[in-house]
Amino acid sequence: MLDGTNATVCERTALRINPAKTCQPIGAMYAALGIHGCMPHSHGSQGCCAYHRSHLTRHFKEPVVATTSSFTEGASVFGGLSNMTTALSNIFSIYDPEVVAVHTTCLSEVIGDDLPMMIKKNIAEGKIPEGKHVIHANTPSFVGSHVTGFSTMVKNTIKYLSGKTGETSDSVNILPGYVDPSDMRELKRIAAELGVKITMLPDTSDVLDQPQTGVYEMYPKGGTKVSEIQAMGDAIATLACGDFASKEAAEELEKKCIVPFSLIDLPIGLKGTDTFIDTLRRMAAVPVPASITLERGRLLDLISDMSQYFHGKKVAIFGDPDHVVGVTQLLVEIGMIPTVVITGTPGKRFERKIAEIVSKVSPDAHIEANADIYKLHQIIKNRKVDLLMGNTYGKHVARAEGNLPFVRFGFPIMDRTGHRLFPLVGYRGAMYYLDKILDQLFDKADREVPEELFELIQ
Amino acid sequence: MALNETDLSLPPVEEVREEMLKLYPSKTRRKREKQIIVNDPDSPKEIGANTRTVPGIITQRGCTYAGCKGVVIGPIGDVLHLTHGPIGCGYYSWLSRRNLTRARDFSHGKEKGINYLQYCLSTDMTENEIVYGGEKKLEAAIEEAWNEFKPKAMVIYATCPVGLIGDDIHAVARRMKEKLGINIVALSCEGYRGVSQSAGHHIANNKVFTDMVGLDDTKPTGKYNINILGEYNIGGDAWEIHRIFDLVGINIVGVLSGAVSYDQICNCHTADLNVVMCHRSINYMAEMMETKYGIPWFKINFIGAESTGKSLRKIAKYFGDKGLIDRVEEVIAAEMIDVRATLEKVKPITTGKRVALFVGGSRAHHYQDLFGEMEMKVVSAGYEFAHRDDYEGRGVLPSIKVDADSRNIEELEIEADPVRYNPRLSEERKRQFAEEGFAFKDYEGMMREMNKETLVIDDISHHELEKLIEIYKPAVIGSGIKDKYIVEKMGVPCKQLHSYDYGGPYAGFKGAINFFEEIARMVSSPVWSYVTAPWDQPASPANETSSSEPVAEGL
Ligand code: SF4
Ligand code: SF4
Repeated sequence: MLDGTNATVCERTALRINPAKTCQPIGAMYAALGIHGCMPHSHGSQGCCAYHRSHLTRHFKEPVVATTSSFTEGASVFGGLSNMTTALSNIFSIYDPEVVAVHTTCLSEVIGDDLPMMIKKNIAEGKIPEGKHVIHANTPSFVGSHVTGFSTMVKNTIKYLSGKTGETSDSVNILPGYVDPSDMRELKRIAAELGVKITMLPDTSDVLDQPQTGVYEMYPKGGTKVSEIQAMGDAIATLACGDFASKEAAEELEKKCIVPFSLIDLPIGLKGTDTFIDTLRRMAAVPVPASITLERGRLLDLISDMSQYFHGKKVAIFGDPDHVVGVTQLLVEIGMIPTVVITGTPGKRFERKIAEIVSKVSPDAHIEANADIYKLHQIIKNRKVDLLMGNTYGKHVARAEGNLPFVRFGFPIMDRTGHRLFPLVGYRGAMYYLDKILDQLFDKADREVPEELFELIQ
Repeated sequence: MALNETDLSLPPVEEVREEMLKLYPSKTRRKREKQIIVNDPDSPKEIGANTRTVPGIITQRGCTYAGCKGVVIGPIGDVLHLTHGPIGCGYYSWLSRRNLTRARDFSHGKEKGINYLQYCLSTDMTENEIVYGGEKKLEAAIEEAWNEFKPKAMVIYATCPVGLIGDDIHAVARRMKEKLGINIVALSCEGYRGVSQSAGHHIANNKVFTDMVGLDDTKPTGKYNINILGEYNIGGDAWEIHRIFDLVGINIVGVLSGAVSYDQICNCHTADLNVVMCHRSINYMAEMMETKYGIPWFKINFIGAESTGKSLRKIAKYFGDKGLIDRVEEVIAAEMIDVRATLEKVKPITTGKRVALFVGGSRAHHYQDLFGEMEMKVVSAGYEFAHRDDYEGRGVLPSIKVDADSRNIEELEIEADPVRYNPRLSEERKRQFAEEGFAFKDYEGMMREMNKETLVIDDISHHELEKLIEIYKPAVIGSGIKDKYIVEKMGVPCKQLHSYDYGGPYAGFKGAINFFEEIARMVSSPVWSYVTAPWDQPASPANETSSSEPVAEGL
């Protein structure tokens, strides 16, 4: 397993090995799926669209439909207008969506296709049916990562669709970030528990976690409705979760409709969830019900009961920046020591933020943005860790390093099912993940400790 | 017999076709009409294939890069694969195809090999390279990859932006080849170069042929030496084929390109026969090897126990050795015992059930043999990226018009090698074979083997698939990851025939047994019967009387 990996780190400037990020359009496609009745459209050659659909499907184990402009060489030379026009005509006649959310690929970016012009032209020529919407996001993959693509699509959804009537509603906007349907469901549950009316954008719950009913629906009941997105401009405030995935959208809404926002970290762990709830209750001026405080107490109880097993354990973490920030915070809360913390997404602010979180417990941690899993593995070879946390791509590293306990979180998880059912966010999410961490640590010990140290009770 | 004559519950096939087409705008309809054909096995009709996908249609298809790296060259596990482009293309093609790889195969068991397929290498292009060109970065990346791994060879793949910004990857490869002293092969397989993965197969065939095959002339040691072309070891298929060939005593020099080492590919022109599994992805190679080295080829199929037996017999007959022919019969007889036992077990479950297959460029055809052995009925089938010859047979090759998209892809001018050309068949034997009706360069295509009035659908769209399921209600669909959960949400189990849903092998005799058991499981799974909750069941006296009885019983 990974037998070619060198323990000696040679600086690389040109070569990425085992990336911890992917390209922008997949994030845009995911965000678009969180709009009700939306068809994501990939403007480029069909390979990207096929890859993105396959990859999302492997993570969610759900239908992921999207259309493509199917460029061939001609379109690459003459531009994609005619492909776009044909595509829109086909999409509206055959699939009848409410919204088509177009994103670019490297190909259409490099040839410089002007999407707003193309959309306007199609509208002017009456090719977009009355009451339907076409929105777009530029998602060049040679900049940023899939998280950037997600962020831009959410931002542009607001830019295209949100409005202001002048009358402030009693609703709060929640931008959940690039999280799973199970997370969005959990955040909505917490808001409901608080009695706060919210609009969540995007919302992929009831889209990418469909029940088995024997009936396929191209546009399931979930997703943020266009009318709800329009009304976001009238909200009391916006609660934006995750600097990398949600900040730009919150800023856009503030700029466009003067809706104030609070930017917080993803609500992962005790403090992360505390902040989420505290901010939300202030925004909506509601009290926090006892049920929530009880939930918090149960998490705290789990932490205190099992603290000895977490304490001092060294952890390597990789994944998307907002997730990694949240998880690192959680690990510090329970007494673990984040030792290697990387993300594939570029951004110095990630490094600053992590340094701040680990400063007391792990001042010499290896922290790096724009890094890859190969590098992470090299560092692990030099600095022993007790636990690895990351997406599915960490499994090779875990096995190569003597079956290192490995807990999957974030995107993508293609070989386990937990993320589809249980959240990472909220107090409940934290309980679920602490349980998983303990399972991994105990299971390894149970398999490997000398027989005389094999414990029945822990 | 026509399909709806044997099954009266099915509507006339023309009506089904019309159901699929009627929603389309007229231009799209005209295009799709050519790609949805009511089959006539006696004289296959012309099908529109290897043409552009209509923009805006939800298609299964991928790109040239996927066909080149993902399919043909990607499985070679002991060379480094470096994608030149932004991060996505390399990332998505990282371990996402199930061409299983065993490091020890690279070193013939002597030393520990490294499986480079666990590594995804990319130049991760950024804006800077898009604006100023990426050649320097590519060169540096090759150097860094060399420092890190010291591989025996490297393959570089271009993605869409590369062709557009005009990087000369071939010049970089030449320079670095000289500098590092290893083989570096560059492929211009930008995604937009063709209408599907198929263009990538062709580009890959050309380069593997010119830059790898023929580099090592060491004579093989086996008595009978063959190559298996177009076999990618999905789920371990190639290993099962190896097992069978070991039993009959045939030496496999190289497989293109599943479970294979770079050295084996360099040496595979020393074999005496090429047998072709996936015609679509590798026929170019078979043709070029025949012209240059004199190795004849014919089509075989190891998907299906009967088909495996048939293929083995044909290979034995080619070598014409009585001992080999007998040995093949012994092996078939021994292997078929378990196969038959399993078939007896599953047939009561599978017989008469309907199936439809939409996948790849050969699997939609090959897998019909396995379903046929289980006595299941294929109601419809189609390829994702095949050409007319894969449907109608190679007989139509001269009449296929080369369109603008295909013209992009280089057709190599191959000549007989002045030294190494060695026709394995004398004129005399050729004549004998011809008299016996033993065919070379033969592929009859899928249509001739499908029933009359089944639907043959090229590059099936989402909408057509939905209609098909609604009308035909197949017991199982064979397809890929993008369709799988759509189909299953409709209450129909879907078998992925690209990844095998992480099962397999399905080739050869053991593979057939695996497949029979898997399909029997799928078509008899109780899960589909639990969809309606007890309280939503239509009212019936039984429902009303005893509420504690499990109502789903007997569904
Ligand atoms: S070409 Fe660009 S958009 Fe397409 S898969 Fe590659 S990196 Fe992603
Ligand atoms: S179409 Fe081009 S950009 Fe997209 S995956 Fe294929 S090579 Fe990459």
